[in-house]
Amino acid sequence: MARAALPGRLNWQLGRVIELTEETARTKSISFALPDWAGHRAGQHVDVRLTAADGYQAQRSYSIASAPEDEYLVLTVERLENGEVSPYLVDELRPGDEIELRGPIGGYFVWESSLEGPLLLVAGGSGVVPFRSMLRHWAAVDGGAMPRLLYSSRSWSDVIYREELLRLGDRDGVDVRFALTREWPEGWQGHRGRVDRELLGEVASPPSEAPRIYICGPTGFVEAAADALVEIGHKPSRIRTELFGPTGG
Amino acid sequence: MPISRGFSGRRRADADPARVPPGQYVTDDFPVLSAGPTPRTPLDQWSFTINGAVGQPMSWPWQEFLALPSETPTADIHCVTKWSKLDTTWRGVSVDTLLEGVQTSADYVSAFCDGGYTTNLPLEDLTGGKAWIAYEYGGEPLEPEHGGPARLLVPHLYFWKSAKWVRGLTLTSMDEPGFWETYGYHNRGDPWLEQRYQGD
Amino acid sequence: MEALDGNAIAGDLFELFGTEMTTATGVCASCGETGHVAELRVYSRAPGTVVRCPTCGSVLIVLVEVRGMACIDLGGLNRLEPVNG
Repeated sequence: MARAALPGRLNWQLGRVIELTEETARTKSISFALPDWAGHRAGQHVDVRLTAADGYQAQRSYSIASAPEDEYLVLTVERLENGEVSPYLVDELRPGDEIELRGPIGGYFVWESSLEGPLLLVAGGSGVVPFRSMLRHWAAVDGGAMPRLLYSSRSWSDVIYREELLRLGDRDGVDVRFALTREWPEGWQGHRGRVDRELLGEVASPPSEAPRIYICGPTGFVEAAADALVEIGHKPSRIRTELFGPTGG
Repeated sequence: MPISRGFSGRRRADADPARVPPGQYVTDDFPVLSAGPTPRTPLDQWSFTINGAVGQPMSWPWQEFLALPSETPTADIHCVTKWSKLDTTWRGVSVDTLLEGVQTSADYVSAFCDGGYTTNLPLEDLTGGKAWIAYEYGGEPLEPEHGGPARLLVPHLYFWKSAKWVRGLTLTSMDEPGFWETYGYHNRGDPWLEQRYQGD
Repeated sequence: MEALDGNAIAGDLFELFGTEMTTATGVCASCGETGHVAELRVYSRAPGTVVRCPTCGSVLIVLVEVRGMACIDLGGLNRLEPVNG
């Protein structure tokens, strides 16, 4: 079949669900096989489009959780209460199902090892998803200076990619810090409560090292973290943000 | 278009087809749609105004507004994004009450709102028991995300005409396109005639 | 309701402009602030998509689909420059 793709055009293609993995009670990772995937850069996302039998359509954007080096395209979706698309993806989708995807999309919130500067990733809740792609990519290409991840969640059971992040910390030397905001296990040694300026100051390399900073999560979290980092002295031009909303659905 | 097995979108509700305008789907949800951030005007700074092509502009601060005679209409509402919700219940002041004694030869109205939103419609679509300034929904004070403290309620037209965070009506002799109308949506917006876009 | 950012409409903008637009810089015609499209505030649960300046809240871009045709209004921007490469 002749390629229908036009240069400079994104095409919808059918992704086949290979596997679904529960990450937390509310979150699943879904791997897809795609017929015509040109590869992606860590941090990019895809648009997903669903069509009901009566023709009704809904479309949402999801960050790619897999690294460019991984076999399948992986999306990690959080089921949002009153959501329209996320409950379908998390609760209904089965291996073998096909849904429309288009991508990869995005050029602003991407990281590759050719970008200079120590990497600092600040995640709130499901905002950690694009960082999994970045960290897996870093590990795959032996990407230089050790990245730092500061990941804020409500509780330990809400932490997505728990085992993988702990492994990146123990085995690969990534500096992974967790902040739990609502409840924490007994004897918890990580940060308790919200991410604040003090914690960011501890975790981030100093402004003199000009870290490349990525912040992703709900609007309030991202704005507060960005403001705090600028107050500490990091240049706004070194900070990139991506908002994940409860509006996603 | 490939069908996504098992997907149906928002929770659908059964409905008598005679109550569903062309191209609409019926839901139990009350989706929140907005063109901007939710304004938060303190009630002691709120007022509702009628101005424009009128003999005498009128204005009511919040407490006076609440003291006006109110009605409790039940209405089906239809959003241009294709969602309809049936039998919604409201409390509000009828626009007829607000226009009592207002002298005008204007044929059109522009509703203006906190946050800068505007919408235009024919004056006759606001009179004769067809429109209210609503401050309660489902028996509770209207929530900010749904337009509280008060919104225009014109259920027989597409719901973008039921302007959230409404602060007044400007009566005009010419039809002046509001926010969505400027970008291509219809000046009147009758869902039964499927008047979604300019020229429909 | 909270807004998303320009990343959320990157796909639609790519379709309209034929190129990646999240790294494009825009200048707000109201307040003069400059920023990446990715940093703009996007309200997309509406009869169309409204893109606002994160500094002053003015409307910069409106995307509407009229009878199946995508329409884009860039009137709130003084300048919009894609980045090559």
